[in-house]
Amino acid sequence: MTAGPALLDAPSRRRAGAGLGGIRSVGSETVDTAEVGRSDRLALMRSGELGSVHSWELVTAVDGPGTRLTVFLSGCPLRCLYCHNPDTLAMKDGEPVLAEDLLARVARYRGIFSATGGGVTLSGGEVLMQPAFAARVLRGAKELGVHTTLDTSGFLGANATDAMLHDTDLVLLDIKAGDEETYRRVTGRSLAPTLRFGRRLAERGVTVWVRFVLVPGLTDDPENVVAVARHAADIEAVRPGTVERVEVLPFHQMARDKWAELGRTYELDGTEPPTPEATEAVRDVFRAHGLTTY
Amino acid sequence: MTTDAAPTTTTAWTGFTPGPWCDGIDVRDFVQRNYTPYTGGDGFLAGPTARTTAVWEQLSAIFPAEREKGVYDVDPHTPAGITAHGPGYIDRDAELIVGLQTDAPLKRAIMPNGGWRMVEGALKTYGYPVDEDLKKVFSEYRKTHNQGVFDVYPPNVRAARSSHVITGLPDAYGRGRIIGDYRRVALYGVDQLVAAKKVDKLGLDVQPFSESVVREREEHAEQIRALGELKEMAASYGYDISGPATTAREAVQWLYFGYLAAVKEQNGAAMSLGRTSTFLDVYIERDLAAGRLTEPEAQEIVDDFVIKLRIVRFLRTPEYDALFSGDPTWVTETIGGMGEDGRPLVTKNSFRFLQTLYNLGPAPEPNMTVFWSPRLPAGFKEFCAKVSIDTSAVQYESDEQIRPAWGDDAAIACCVSPMAVGKQMQFFGARVNLAKALLYAINGGRDEVTGKQVSPAFPAVAPGLPLDYDDVRARFDRTMDWLAETYIEALNCIHWSHDKYAYERLEMALHDKDVLRTMACGIAGLSVAADSLSAIRYATVTPVTDERGIVVDYETDGDWPAYGNDDDRVDAIAVELVESFMAKIRSHRMYRDAVTTQSVLTITSNVVYGKATGNTPDGRRAGEPFSPGANPMNGRDTHGMLASALSVAKLPYDQAQDGISLTNTVVPSGLGRTREEQVANLAGLLDASVGADGYHMNVNVLVRETLEDAMEHPEKYPQLTIRVSGYAVNFVRLTREQQLDVLSRTFHGGL
Repeated sequence: MTAGPALLDAPSRRRAGAGLGGIRSVGSETVDTAEVGRSDRLALMRSGELGSVHSWELVTAVDGPGTRLTVFLSGCPLRCLYCHNPDTLAMKDGEPVLAEDLLARVARYRGIFSATGGGVTLSGGEVLMQPAFAARVLRGAKELGVHTTLDTSGFLGANATDAMLHDTDLVLLDIKAGDEETYRRVTGRSLAPTLRFGRRLAERGVTVWVRFVLVPGLTDDPENVVAVARHAADIEAVRPGTVERVEVLPFHQMARDKWAELGRTYELDGTEPPTPEATEAVRDVFRAHGLTTY
Repeated sequence: MTTDAAPTTTTAWTGFTPGPWCDGIDVRDFVQRNYTPYTGGDGFLAGPTARTTAVWEQLSAIFPAEREKGVYDVDPHTPAGITAHGPGYIDRDAELIVGLQTDAPLKRAIMPNGGWRMVEGALKTYGYPVDEDLKKVFSEYRKTHNQGVFDVYPPNVRAARSSHVITGLPDAYGRGRIIGDYRRVALYGVDQLVAAKKVDKLGLDVQPFSESVVREREEHAEQIRALGELKEMAASYGYDISGPATTAREAVQWLYFGYLAAVKEQNGAAMSLGRTSTFLDVYIERDLAAGRLTEPEAQEIVDDFVIKLRIVRFLRTPEYDALFSGDPTWVTETIGGMGEDGRPLVTKNSFRFLQTLYNLGPAPEPNMTVFWSPRLPAGFKEFCAKVSIDTSAVQYESDEQIRPAWGDDAAIACCVSPMAVGKQMQFFGARVNLAKALLYAINGGRDEVTGKQVSPAFPAVAPGLPLDYDDVRARFDRTMDWLAETYIEALNCIHWSHDKYAYERLEMALHDKDVLRTMACGIAGLSVAADSLSAIRYATVTPVTDERGIVVDYETDGDWPAYGNDDDRVDAIAVELVESFMAKIRSHRMYRDAVTTQSVLTITSNVVYGKATGNTPDGRRAGEPFSPGANPMNGRDTHGMLASALSVAKLPYDQAQDGISLTNTVVPSGLGRTREEQVANLAGLLDASVGADGYHMNVNVLVRETLEDAMEHPEKYPQLTIRVSGYAVNFVRLTREQQLDVLSRTFHGGL
């Protein structure tokens, strides 16, 4: 993909990668998923052996520390107006991938993770829509000695078992709005589960990077920003050192073509990205709450 | 400057640890016994002095005129030679290191031994008179390399050449890519080098006549003559370099005179410097320890040397510039790496060379090339990453690939070609267009643009039916057989002629008597060929035939894996093509029993090759540029910069020993939120790439807007440097077409 100027604004919310090429090599001896019947497939998914995956990428400095294998899973319970990966919303649109095939790729990149201080990041979509699969991959990654990261809205935090969090080194927790009303307008869902999940992470000693997408006209109301900053500070207060950093991600229009391709109504068609000054001002709000913010 | 009396070796070598290097020419032994590895950080470095800044400003003031016109000045009357021009200066009183190619800075010389046509073409292009007497000499009385080659080219070579399936051949210009061991001049002085050469000659004199013996006798006589002229040239600047250098400044000066003599005489495609910084550090350390030199003075000497290296110029034609854009000279300096004994070859002077990119601002030359190993000291890795982020002027080659193959005193000639300094040279072979050859395979040997039969005729593919992978691969194999045979014939002719009519006598005088010669072949269009075969194999590709019965386009149905995504299905095809072509060229007999190698490198010629190639089965449109070097095609590497690099890293170095080039562009934010993070992540990426057997990485850290603004306002960016396939250029000196090509390449920006 050739980047246009707008793609280079940093730090920016990323789009999911392009395709699964390489994860299931032709001639590999793993189960041919296409030949597995529907009921078998459901059984495999329930057991965590099979997941619905959108794509993978090897990226640096965007989905956690170092160079990471980011895997975008398909399926999301939220309907964010600014969603930058609308093509990952439906689980049925993903491709069935065996956990062992995915872990084979994780294993392949162990040298890279150790050279760059990176690891594997599960993103989406919403990872916690497929908790068994995520748990299986996280466990496998930890067995390989690989640093693990979950990129999640936290809405389905209850789906994360303690065992799963035990295998998670870092959570990129997306707090999309500061109050219930705004959160519902942005995502169609409730904020409370995210905040509960954040507290639980702090209590369990899991490191968190809080993320907040700044969308002019939608999430940039000063009261909303302060509320999000306060939530982040509250998580930090549970166990100091939990919130290692906050990333304020300026909204971009990179997903506009995806919405159009999917034939969905895109309400933010006319929304401009925030100015660098406005973004920096929002970062200062978080900093004023004692949070390291980029 | 006063003339120093020729010192004896005993005074010149005081304080150095003796060894075999004292009894014979052995610079590596000297370095190994005497250098001081440095494992610290960049805190000791000094900024530019007022003198340095003033000299650089004088030059900077005339660069715009040069950029405007293409050349600043030309001497159209004096054929170049080591002693052809009198001494020249930028600012005589201010210069610490002296010597220019002609009698004034940026004034270019004519070098007609390569070929008169190129000289005449260049003079006409830039509006200089053609000296009729000289024209007569070099077209009637004195045969040139260019004439020599065309006297012996067979018709099949001419046909392949004019159809652009084999291009960029050094048959009208100097082949270059020979690195004289210029350090020898400093360490031994010219007289000892001449004495050693005379001993070599004795051995040749007692052998009975054969064409190879007599050729070597003649070459040795030429080498000794060139060394004499080198001394004479230095004397014209007031220096007696018959004996060894006694101080750090003299060591730099002596070494530079050696290099200067080479670039006064040869207009090689690449005139690389070698591996000099750590060698020179020995002299600097000695002077620092003796209190004869301070750090700012040491840096000042290096800065002044680098200023000279930045203004090496050759007179070239627009056709040449289209292939190798941006007026490059490839004054490649190899920095860092690890020694065979496990000590890093990093010294403080490795830092000083890179520091010139701050003291003088970024520049494409000298071509700063770091031999990277995960085992390099952390302080040096961090400094390299920092310099890359700030200047985009550094390239990296894998020390872990080069050292086992060519030893720890190897250096890069041009972009990616490694060779043991003073012990090895290469016959530069440009490259063949593999993508176009694939189209010949499909069309039964007919050119898809002209319709001419170029390679031997055989039936084209069946019209209207989807292409069958096995059939196309078999056809391609047959076409590559022909291509290899024709290509090697061309290269043998070229280098026979070049040795005869444009022998690099000074550079070879700074080599051992018996050198390893490599025949450095090359391929372009690898990613297009691999992707095309992948499309044929994994999707359904149906050829479209025109009224001439020639396949001119392809209809593709279905998905296929693209090279550049760490996907073994297609990467294996690229690997197999590299192995297969290497096996084919290896099967031929080489001039002077050269060892055959190949590179996957295009320099900037990927644009020209693409222009000469029709639609390809991967969906690339006719005329569209290829990706540079071994890079995946623009925009098809969608899984991140490192995944792209990992695909390239699969190409086996032992089947491409002349190097595999990869250029990457990343935006700063794609490396991290903070500067520390960016530096650590870039060093980590290099560790990861080298650790995964990657051979080369050009790193540009840029934002697209900067390049776009530079296209519109070149005057604002006189020093904007970017890395293209294996070398660096001033962005504003690229042709517009190449600027657009650079822009269209993938920016890996965290998307």
